[in-house]
Amino acid sequence: MLDASKVKIAEDFSKMISNKKIGVFLFLSIALSIFCGECIAAGSEKSGVMETVLKWFPLIFTGFLLNLLVSVASMTIGTIAGVFLGITQMSQIWAFKKIARLLTQFFRNSPWLVLVFYTILVIPFEIKLFHYVVPFPSWIKATIGLSLPVMANMSEIVRGGVQSVPIGQWESAESLAFSRFKTMWLIIIPQCFKRMIPPWMNLYAILTTASPLISLVGINDALTLTRAALEAEGGRIDLLLPMYASLLIMFFIYCYPIAVWTVRLEKRYAEKI
Amino acid sequence: MEAVWDWFLWLYKEYGINLSVFYDSFDRKLFFRGFLNTIWISAVCVICSIILGIIGAWVQGSKSRAIRQSVYWYIQFFRNTPPLIQLYFFYFALSNLLPKIPNADGVLAPPLSNFAWAVISFSFFAAAFNVEIFRAGIEAVPFSTIEAAESLGYSRLRSYLNIILPLAFRISLPALNNNLVNLMKTTTLAYGIAVPELMYVSAQIWSDQANVREMMNLLLILYIGLVAVLIYGMDKLEIKLRIPGYNIGA
Repeated sequence: MLDASKVKIAEDFSKMISNKKIGVFLFLSIALSIFCGECIAAGSEKSGVMETVLKWFPLIFTGFLLNLLVSVASMTIGTIAGVFLGITQMSQIWAFKKIARLLTQFFRNSPWLVLVFYTILVIPFEIKLFHYVVPFPSWIKATIGLSLPVMANMSEIVRGGVQSVPIGQWESAESLAFSRFKTMWLIIIPQCFKRMIPPWMNLYAILTTASPLISLVGINDALTLTRAALEAEGGRIDLLLPMYASLLIMFFIYCYPIAVWTVRLEKRYAEKI
Repeated sequence: MEAVWDWFLWLYKEYGINLSVFYDSFDRKLFFRGFLNTIWISAVCVICSIILGIIGAWVQGSKSRAIRQSVYWYIQFFRNTPPLIQLYFFYFALSNLLPKIPNADGVLAPPLSNFAWAVISFSFFAAAFNVEIFRAGIEAVPFSTIEAAESLGYSRLRSYLNIILPLAFRISLPALNNNLVNLMKTTTLAYGIAVPELMYVSAQIWSDQANVREMMNLLLILYIGLVAVLIYGMDKLEIKLRIPGYNIGA
């Protein structure tokens, strides 16, 4: 269904892509990497640096796709769990509220690497249910590990969003005899949905930049494959800068448009108040 | 003190909970050194990133468009790339570009240790967020105050240091608190370049003793404790810095 707001968002996105800043930075990044490569290759007699980087690029890109898969999967799990945890944080049953608050504060203040290690080392590599064997490859365990802090941050976003709805809405709902559940689902949540989108996108950007953590637990993501490629090339020092720089540029090209879009959405939603 | 360590040994023998960092003196010293290293690296990174953030926020108000654009690209670069890959870039790629000097053993080695590169990388990473936070604080200072400073003959630098920055700092304290907590959690990434901080020594200990679960739980409790201490300190700072009649979000 194509309505006015969705068309506007699409227009926004296409305007952003043709934005001068993005054009400038794409040009600069490509120019910089070519320049670096030529400078370093000019003095060396081994195979050119740019050729080597381009030779390894397809493999490293598949690792990058695994990074993206992990980030999207753990964002999904974390968002769903976080919304429920956030709503529980505002429950009227004291025990639920306290437990939800405790879980949120616990997972918010733990280092993400420690949580990833925790899930990798503590979750078994397969679970036997009757005669079904459910395998748990490492990347799924890492996804669960990364979704825990996402869940806690999402719960805080939800709590902040719900608390930003004017108290008049709650009072009107009460005067119209809405039950607590109906008030939440029919009145409050639809209103704060838009306000929660920029922090949610910000959280996704943070998660994507945290996804290379999974390389420290031995999963073959972009960073592990880059290091393996450097080893395969015999540890050449002149390759270090271009390979790591190309990895940084890959992540930058993915995350920068999201950041620009987030700022634009924030500005647009801020006007409507 | 021996009684305390013996109790942990009893705990291991009786219930199988292996907290070797308490009863074994080697593990104990290693773990304690890692704990101190974590506190040290966090403290240095916090201070450096605040200083860099203050400098960056001032540079952002510069008249030259080129300088403002460079600060913008610096912030976007450090915010949109993974901190772990930034750390590896600094430690492996940039470190090899520096000239090698003889170290204490007379071997030619890069001049900065892995600890120094971790501090540099994390400071720049956190400073990128701090520049944004201080900029938001600076924009919240009433323009009439800045005009008054200008009319009294304050130069741009003097008015920034004496008038704008104290007010902006107080306004941005909650967001800064959040960012410093994130910085403290990010210091665990130094595990990747073998800095002997808490995460790394715990990994060494659980490889030796096969007590992963206990060490993980202990790590979580310790990190949350450190974060709690930081938050408590920042809250106390916020109360101490309060200006009467200027309470933000009181």
